[in-house]
Amino acid sequence: MIPTNYYLILSAILFGLGMIAFVFKRNIITIFMAIELMLNAVNLAFVAFSKAFGKSDGEVFVLFVIVVAAAEAAVGLGIIILTARNRRSLNVERVDLLKL
Amino acid sequence: MNASLAIFFVLAAVAVAAAVSLILQRHPIHSALSLIVVMVALAGLYLLMGAEFVAAVQIIVYGGAVMVLFVFVIMLLNAGEEEHTNFSKLAAYAGIPMAVAVAGLIAAAITRSTLPPAPDPTALTSTKSLSMLLFQDFVYPFELTSFLILVAILGAIVLAQREDN
Repeated sequence: MIPTNYYLILSAILFGLGMIAFVFKRNIITIFMAIELMLNAVNLAFVAFSKAFGKSDGEVFVLFVIVVAAAEAAVGLGIIILTARNRRSLNVERVDLLKL
Repeated sequence: MNASLAIFFVLAAVAVAAAVSLILQRHPIHSALSLIVVMVALAGLYLLMGAEFVAAVQIIVYGGAVMVLFVFVIMLLNAGEEEHTNFSKLAAYAGIPMAVAVAGLIAAAITRSTLPPAPDPTALTSTKSLSMLLFQDFVYPFELTSFLILVAILGAIVLAQREDN
């Protein structure tokens, strides 16, 4: 059978890749997708732990994470549309009103 | 090497390759399609672990609803290729070591820990037991999420509407 560690290490790799995408990408939509990737990595760890300990609690947490991610996507994309309309750009470095 | 281990490695390789592709693609729509591949691969892994309800929700809600929202916004804003700026160099010097360090630390902690041996797909937690848990032990958080979604709908409408002055 597949050891639980394999799933957890895959989860760590995906989380790291999501973090790299978050730091590197300049497009605000892609940065938002990087956050979704990190949430997915955490979900994988939740399900792996849930199966390892033989309890369903982790899977319920995954459902909650998915709900919160969907709500976050709806509000976040609304903010992105607003920013793009005001700034005429999707580049995060153009949004620097608070910068000295 | 048995069959389920082979399936795991194929799905894991697909997920990691698509995640790398998300980083390397310059056009946001290509990144979005890569992310959909990651989500489908993860749904396959959930099936492999015997979490069939979570796999179905992953496909329907993530691969379907959330990603359609992303693709819709990308097309609505007519997002083009991202532009290069000077600050990308700083991200290269600080970002990659940070991400590698975090992933390495997590992986090191995992390999040192003593976990119960393996997820056992034969001990399949049915959707029924999942729903029992959701509607008995977690019923208050479940009701709160409906409130959260209501607030999110209102917020999205308020944010996205045009102000007519």
